Amino acid sequence: MPKAAVTNKQELMAYFTRMTLCRRTEIVADNLYKAKLIRGFCHLYDGQEAIAEGMEAALTYEDAIITAYRDHCQAICRGDTPYRVLAEMMQKRTGSTAGKGGSMHYYNSKNNFYGGNGIVGAQLPVGTGLAFALKYQKKPNCAVAMYGDGAANQGQLYEAANMAALWKLPILYVCENNLYGMGTSNERASANTKFYTRGDGIPGFKIDGQNVLVVREAMKFAKNWCVAGKGPLFIEFSTYRYHGHSMSDPGVTYRTREEINEVRANRDPIEIVRKLLLENSWASEGELKDIEKKIRAEIDADVEKIKNDPEPYPEDLYTNVGIGKHYIRGINHPDLSQLEY
Amino acid sequence: MHKKQQVLSSLLQRAATTQRTLVATQRAAFHASQTANVEMTCRDAINTAMCEEIERDPNVFLMGEEVGQYNGAYKVSKGMYDKYGPSRIWDTPISETGFTGIGVGAGFMGLRPIIEFMTWNFSLQAIDHIINSCAKGHYMSAGDLKCPIVFRGINGVSAGVAAQHSQCFASWYASVPGLKVVTPWNIEDLRGLLKASIRDEDPVVFLENEMMYGVTMSAPDHIMDKDFVLPLNKAKIEREGTDVTITAFSKMVGFSLEAAEILKRDFDISAEVINLRVIRPLDRNTIVQSVKKTNRIVSVEEGWPQSGVGSEIAALMMESEAFDYLDAPLERIAGADVPMPYSVSIERLAVPQVDNIIKGVLKACHGKKQR
Repeated sequence: MPKAAVTNKQELMAYFTRMTLCRRTEIVADNLYKAKLIRGFCHLYDGQEAIAEGMEAALTYEDAIITAYRDHCQAICRGDTPYRVLAEMMQKRTGSTAGKGGSMHYYNSKNNFYGGNGIVGAQLPVGTGLAFALKYQKKPNCAVAMYGDGAANQGQLYEAANMAALWKLPILYVCENNLYGMGTSNERASANTKFYTRGDGIPGFKIDGQNVLVVREAMKFAKNWCVAGKGPLFIEFSTYRYHGHSMSDPGVTYRTREEINEVRANRDPIEIVRKLLLENSWASEGELKDIEKKIRAEIDADVEKIKNDPEPYPEDLYTNVGIGKHYIRGINHPDLSQLEY
Repeated sequence: MHKKQQVLSSLLQRAATTQRTLVATQRAAFHASQTANVEMTCRDAINTAMCEEIERDPNVFLMGEEVGQYNGAYKVSKGMYDKYGPSRIWDTPISETGFTGIGVGAGFMGLRPIIEFMTWNFSLQAIDHIINSCAKGHYMSAGDLKCPIVFRGINGVSAGVAAQHSQCFASWYASVPGLKVVTPWNIEDLRGLLKASIRDEDPVVFLENEMMYGVTMSAPDHIMDKDFVLPLNKAKIEREGTDVTITAFSKMVGFSLEAAEILKRDFDISAEVINLRVIRPLDRNTIVQSVKKTNRIVSVEEGWPQSGVGSEIAALMMESEAFDYLDAPLERIAGADVPMPYSVSIERLAVPQVDNIIKGVLKACHGKKQR
């Protein structure tokens, strides 16, 4: 396993910029949710940005990623824009999935991003299927299935991992351990909280998820492992989410404000990169603040524009149910959808 | 393997004798000789269809429990592991949730998996992947995700396997937008519908019947064409009639045809038997046009009555122009509303038999003026 990372100004500036983009998107989503422009479920990723960013630094879009519902930043890192990501949550036709999916359902098959999955744990066998396809098609790539400490107790993870080990599939099971599955701490949910060991005979390791360079090097190592045909790995990233589980969870009934503030002060992923840039004189405080201000202004402008975007049309209700035309019944009979049967 | 050559000559010899043909189609003949027919078991129909599609498209593979080295729990995939090897025929551990999810992910990346459930009862372990991961994916992704997968296996009643192994899942899966639900009956259906399902871009739930696996049936030899496919949205009128429409799928088609023979012979009732072939999308048009002709309808299914396929057909009768043509209410024949018992004496009472269908038709035709 790697012991050091080599980096330069360009890389760190790129990480800083996109992580700030991710962070700002999540903060704006919070405000929009409170303003009731976003509805339903909204699970925010702020605090965990280094994992999404660090993974992309190690992978290409030929590698496949799948995650659960805390997926806004993975969507952005896989090539989507804050505009489309926010427009989707704001229920607009201009959103990433045309207003059909919402916060939990972002996809980008061209860039091998398979969601965006609402059912806890389901992404693990499906992600294993992505790895199956990569091996079947003899591609020198890996698949990454991301999950949380809560999902680590889903039986289907172990069914899938067993087959991955049996068939030596190039899959990385990446646990983003942010210490709480909704309101339940690791200790209250798991008899064995060493999530990197839960793969039984499958090797695993635990590592810091707040430092984008650490994440990057770990993922590079892991991808090489997979592509060399050695089979799956269980990777546990130590991380933290500032928000509650979702917008309906204040996030302070099962943890202390002190704990949250401690992470913000000492382990914030963006601050870690800022510190590296400043320490090495690769950027000044002012430059970095300008980047933040620019991103803030761009996203604010996006939001204003999105507010005037159209919502899905009534006929959009009936599109993309399946491929090709077939009879779809509406609420009443006959109804708007009435294609001849 | 089919015994085409031997059978062909013996069939031509037997051309004059009455035989119980279970498939109706005759080509328009310029001469009087019998159409060339092929005979095979339903099991072999499925086997040949899968083999041909595996040979045709390198992305097609079969995955499931005992499908490979064991030659299939019911010998449906016999010989396939020897022919195609472990890269195309995948034996899995007993992990339905796991391997169904794996199939769905593989489908998302452009492969064409055939996932076999040893019985559809075991699909309950994996139903989240069929419905939430797979069926809804195309819609939630606004058309980005596609999953050209076929889930297949035996459905419904077998013999003496009791409650947990005897459920019919046709209506459960048929209620889900995003899925196709296919219910083949004979060897023509099995070959044509399975090949079409494997080639289809939508996820398909393919419901086979174990009791039919060993049954030898005959069909026109064009079904052996390597590109023989049937449409996945059309029912077939297996027997034309004028007095009553019987809708059925899977094994019940055969029972309905037997009932139709007896109804004609003993009661002079001419029954039109519709083989639904596909429950979703249901060929509503064929059913409605038939009822406009016959004015009476009997729906037959093996599964439980509540919220079953017959319920959907009854709703169709209410919602379509067929309502104005009905001379009697829809008669519904379904499995008894109980978990399947074990002893044959009561198992027989839980599943529709030919007598039940005759009884239902007589009730539907009550008051019908005979010509």
